[in-house]
Amino acid sequence: MTEPQLRFRDDEVVSDPAVTVDSFGDQSNATAVRIEPGDDARALLPHLDRLRLIEVNFPAYTDGRGYSAARILREAGYTGELRAVGDVLIDQLSNMKRCGFDSFAPDHPLNEADAKAALDCWPDVYQATTDGRTPIWTKRHG
Amino acid sequence: MYKYDTYDQAMVDARVAEFRDQVRRRLDGSLTEEQFRPLRLMNGLYLQLHAYMLRVAVPYGTLSSAQMRMLGDIADKYDRGYGHFTTRQNIQYNWIKLEDAGDLLADLASVEMHAIQTSGNCIRNISSDQYAGAAAEELVDPRPYAELLRQWSSFHPEFMYLPRKFKIAVIASETDRAAMKLHDIGIKLVKNDAGEIGAQFYVGGGMGRTPMIAPMIREFVPLDQLITYAEACLRVYNRYGRRDNKYKARIKILVHEIGADEYARQAEEEFAHLLGQGVEPPIAELERIKTYFQDPPFEAGAPDTLDRSDPDFALWVDRNCVTHKQPGYISATISLKPVGGIPGDASADQIRLMADLARDYSFDECRVTHAQNIVLPHVRKADLYVLWQKLDAAGLGAANLDRIGDIIACPGLDYCSLANARSIPIAQKISERFAAQEKQDAIGEMKLKISGCINACGHHHAGHIGILGVDKKGVENYQLLLGGSEGEDTSLGKITGPGFDEEGIVDAVEKAADVYLANKQGEERFLDTYRRIGIDPFKEAIYD
Repeated sequence: MTEPQLRFRDDEVVSDPAVTVDSFGDQSNATAVRIEPGDDARALLPHLDRLRLIEVNFPAYTDGRGYSAARILREAGYTGELRAVGDVLIDQLSNMKRCGFDSFAPDHPLNEADAKAALDCWPDVYQATTDGRTPIWTKRHG
Repeated sequence: MYKYDTYDQAMVDARVAEFRDQVRRRLDGSLTEEQFRPLRLMNGLYLQLHAYMLRVAVPYGTLSSAQMRMLGDIADKYDRGYGHFTTRQNIQYNWIKLEDAGDLLADLASVEMHAIQTSGNCIRNISSDQYAGAAAEELVDPRPYAELLRQWSSFHPEFMYLPRKFKIAVIASETDRAAMKLHDIGIKLVKNDAGEIGAQFYVGGGMGRTPMIAPMIREFVPLDQLITYAEACLRVYNRYGRRDNKYKARIKILVHEIGADEYARQAEEEFAHLLGQGVEPPIAELERIKTYFQDPPFEAGAPDTLDRSDPDFALWVDRNCVTHKQPGYISATISLKPVGGIPGDASADQIRLMADLARDYSFDECRVTHAQNIVLPHVRKADLYVLWQKLDAAGLGAANLDRIGDIIACPGLDYCSLANARSIPIAQKISERFAAQEKQDAIGEMKLKISGCINACGHHHAGHIGILGVDKKGVENYQLLLGGSEGEDTSLGKITGPGFDEEGIVDAVEKAADVYLANKQGEERFLDTYRRIGIDPFKEAIYD
């Protein structure tokens, strides 16, 4: 488990160790798992109801596979904690949050004021995701 | 043309603020250059050989006169008085200071423009047909669809760190003027048997070091599922595109490696899933956008004849103008390819003049073409002579559209940090060699394209004659390709053999042109003759 620096949930922080996707299938009591960029997030879909924490690792912030993984999990109805870990930087926070991440555990601590500014940067959004924001398209056509 | 509402404007303004903050954090050291690089790239800012280069987005190549004028003013204020129109229908400035970039973006935002996603591994500016809304044979105006895709792809949260850059083109005519099948996604609007309009998807085309022609992936996507299908295509790519080797990371490699059928199957599966996720904009949004692309108020019964008594004018009309859907009107191309000039370059004064002409003679609108020229789409035939005189007086009267002098060239080693060889001097030498009008006329339609490295920004694979600059043991060397086409008959050129030096490549082009002239039958173009007789007669002449 990696301690989150930023967290947008009210429930208790999950402290269980996150297992790999490969070993998760054999550990029927595991409640936390870590997805690497090459893992198929859909392999977890049959087990979402017992998961409380899914960490998505970004070994390099330029590898964007974790964004798709996050959306796929949220689209499948996962409501537990979705934590971005690894090379998580200020300027990716807003997109990560839009894709469904609700906690962030960067390798290197972020400047809190800069992080807040980055998260508040966009007054509106064009696309519909599962983050609950109303897209511009919908607002235009009430 | 499209006008921002308060939402669009707020998004662009937010981007300017975000970028100013990123520059601040870079300058105070809290962002490393490595961390800053993709951020500035997503704002079109490249670090080149001599300075920063800024690429400004011109969505689907369409500009108002106010926007065009701003591009001229920016050239004066932040550059050295020039702008360079690109093969992505954009404009770039080669001499920008990082400290000025925020102010420049703010100036752009004041005329509803931006540099968003003009670089980086994300969805780039959407390109389209330069005669959209004017072409006699188009099914519909493709630009509302391109605008919908622009909004969808702008700051798309899932697709900002794709394996590699991603380019989309949209057309709606049988004639392909946008090299649609040489894009990551090419969309052709078509009508089905029931008479409904829909989108045909071609996925996995591209140039670069591994050129490929995109296969058709889906014959018909209904318009109320367009964005959802595009999202499915991108998600499959984001998840499974190769990230182990940057040279194999474009979607064309994925489609090629797993096969078009398998890619289509995966896209279809993702599409079926996403249809239940509500990602599609309401169809009313497309209708709203369409209202901005209605025909300008054409004058009914405008005279449909031209006074061709001035032979220079008549020549320019024949070369540079095409039929308009509205009688009494014509679409005119302003060639940015004067003999000995830099293809695609225009001075600040020329840009402002073109803005004035767009305002006075073309319902306030002009277009950038992927061949690096400017189009005035809706000109009254009655105004054409006056218009031409003004262009000619400003050095913008070259009558060479789609002729050998109308060369596409990348910036090459004169500016670009990736280039292996210079492109611009080769273009200048060729245009000088073939400057004589009779020579250009004899050769007829000729698309000559030059790239200064294997990344193929000058589209050399798709030239009837293509030239590729390479580095051969520290010396610039130029390979010759023949038989490419970017049109509806898309084909990739073949390399003739060993390369040439700077003088040698110009001679080789001339020899290839001579082989065509000696073998031409009837009305054949260079490309037709090449396809009929094959590469061998050309090789013999070039290497004898």
